[in-house]
Amino acid sequence: MSAVAGIGIDAGSTTTKLVAVDGGGAIVAHAIEAAHPRVEDQVARLLDELRARAGAGVGVPSVATGYGRKLVKEVTRQVTEITCHARGVFAALGTPGTLVDIGGQDSKVIRVGADGRAVDFLMNDKCAAGTGRFLENTASRLGVPLDELGPRAIGARGEEAISSTCTVFAESEIISLIAHGAELGSILKGLHRSLIGRIGAMVRGVGLERPLMLSGGVARNVAVRELLGELAGEPVVVPEDPQLMGAYGAAILALESSEGRFQAPTRRE
Amino acid sequence: MSTTRPASLPIAPAQPAAAGAARPSREGAASKPSTAFRESTYLKHLFGYEILGKPALRLQRWRDEQAIRAYEPKPTDVLSPPLVCVAQMKELMTRHYLEGRYASGVKKVAWVTSGAPAEILKAFGFFLVYPENHAALCGVRRKTEEIATEAENAGFSRDLCSYARTDLGTVLSGKTPVGRLPRPDLLLCCTNICQTVLYWYRNLADLFGVPLVLIDTPFLYGEAQPHQIEYVKRQIEGIIPVAEKVAGKALDEERFESVLQHARDAADLWLEVLNRSQNRPAPMTAFDGFIHMGPIVDLRGDAVTVEYYRRMLKELDARVAQGVGAVKDERYRVLWDNLPIWYRIGGFSKLLAQHGVNVVVSTYTYAWGELAPLIDPAKPLDSMAKVYLHPILNRSPADKLRVMRRMVKEFGLDGVILHSDRSCKPYSLGQIDERELLARELGLPALLLEADHSDPRAWADEQGNARLEAFVEMMEGRG
Repeated sequence: MSAVAGIGIDAGSTTTKLVAVDGGGAIVAHAIEAAHPRVEDQVARLLDELRARAGAGVGVPSVATGYGRKLVKEVTRQVTEITCHARGVFAALGTPGTLVDIGGQDSKVIRVGADGRAVDFLMNDKCAAGTGRFLENTASRLGVPLDELGPRAIGARGEEAISSTCTVFAESEIISLIAHGAELGSILKGLHRSLIGRIGAMVRGVGLERPLMLSGGVARNVAVRELLGELAGEPVVVPEDPQLMGAYGAAILALESSEGRFQAPTRRE
Repeated sequence: MSTTRPASLPIAPAQPAAAGAARPSREGAASKPSTAFRESTYLKHLFGYEILGKPALRLQRWRDEQAIRAYEPKPTDVLSPPLVCVAQMKELMTRHYLEGRYASGVKKVAWVTSGAPAEILKAFGFFLVYPENHAALCGVRRKTEEIATEAENAGFSRDLCSYARTDLGTVLSGKTPVGRLPRPDLLLCCTNICQTVLYWYRNLADLFGVPLVLIDTPFLYGEAQPHQIEYVKRQIEGIIPVAEKVAGKALDEERFESVLQHARDAADLWLEVLNRSQNRPAPMTAFDGFIHMGPIVDLRGDAVTVEYYRRMLKELDARVAQGVGAVKDERYRVLWDNLPIWYRIGGFSKLLAQHGVNVVVSTYTYAWGELAPLIDPAKPLDSMAKVYLHPILNRSPADKLRVMRRMVKEFGLDGVILHSDRSCKPYSLGQIDERELLARELGLPALLLEADHSDPRAWADEQGNARLEAFVEMMEGRG
């Protein structure tokens, strides 16, 4: 195992992610766990475990990102998730373009420049529509496991129109559709369409520069990938571990902070 | 009353009786101003304001000036010490509100919108209250939520402008951080900043039972046409007979001219003050500008305002000569569009300064200076008609975009922050396109920041600050 040269911590609203990279920028270890209200304690524990697993010393530079970044005190730097996601995806995919990140409680569209830096971005307003929580909420309400949401939406024959963009109101709309005998899959497809509609407006806002890339936990949802691809007119590009991109970008920045400029982005094994 | 107006114009009646149509009528809702709006007396005015108040405020100013001068900068400071003149600004504004506390029954009082042709009323000797400025003050003092709730409880929608809700909340409950506002004898409302003021002032007219003069300004998509100027001029003229009746005296034309001269001189100086920030480093921040604009808004037309900005300019020039910046390590220069977020001014100022960012210019503070050249005391009514037709909010968004593009060049800017203000729709209209155009054409980081100018319920620190910090990181990335 190569020596750990940088650690990234993404204390998100829904999950906490840690990534350790070697001197070449490749991921050597990672951790992911549902976010604990006591972020600092959780990060400290995960950090100890990660260091033990990866054989890293305490002197390794680290960068924290995500909503809990300010609570993680023992780091070299704190950087916003906009910059970290851009850097992480650029390091993983090696290309500039437009990045959609759909996280637990926010979604953002970032234009990634030729050097992997964020050139422009837009975030959802103070509303849960267009975020992972929107899907999570509905899945639990309908009793569908989160992993099955995407496949069931894609497999649907029809598509119901969900007009409400509000997470809470969409719920009552869904209940009414079910009461009227609408098929579950069609409802789910309409629901995904409404989420992508919100994202699409943001993509147009920052401008679509191909390829359209997708990160964040919601990237694992096949329906989100397909519908976004329809929007872009070509398949979206998703890194191997989309949920880790914020932490990965933070780790890359940590690496850079110790060695001056980070050289060429290295693809992971 | 204002008989010079054609009857068919969409102008509110000067008589209040029919003016209350827009006010929500809900059972149990307050329909009278709070009892706090009682009359003062000459004796109270003499003791509270002239004998005790004014000297006490002068002493306080002296103390504040000493404190600023004696301040020992710490190595951790990211901002330079405040300008010494801020102590005088505080004195002027506090004195204004203190005078207001004892004004009712002693002087004639008019409540006016920020873009109203108030110079005429000043020439009559009216004491002027600017409810928008009062509401901004409530925002700075974090009183908006409590006071606006009073209006919401009376049936006013939370979707209304927070300035309007604050003002109506104060009227209904008497709550204010300034002690007491004086009851108006006359209301003057000009629609050159928004249409909300029309309904807001009609409610005030109904609540207080006093005359309302409305100045309707046609929206300008291009150059102002002669008939538009004539239309506004005739309405401004129409203020005179109403004001004469309320004040019980005729307009003193000489005084009117001198008020206009003071307004012109102060606006000229204010523009110079703002343009001093074209220097690198900029001697002040737009956040300072938001605070220092108090006199140009509330005390427009007073000699003391001219004197104040002359002093401020001198202090800024000294800073420029010494190369002192308001932000100690100024690395990035930014524009702010729209009203400030009053309850976060200090926080933003520090947060941005920590990253070497100085917000050097804002379209908002410019609104009180950019029209200075149009003011011509020799042609009072014609020039006022032009001035009050041309505020940035009465011109097309394309015009605002041109102003911003020019500012990017003149001030050497590295980024743009557009505050999408939930309460000020006319100002926020077009910002999505403006942001895109500025970002793409000029290649500048541009941030759309959603908030409300004085209602903190439309703002979340965590989400908002993350956007601000990401914006700063984008500028840092451009190196």
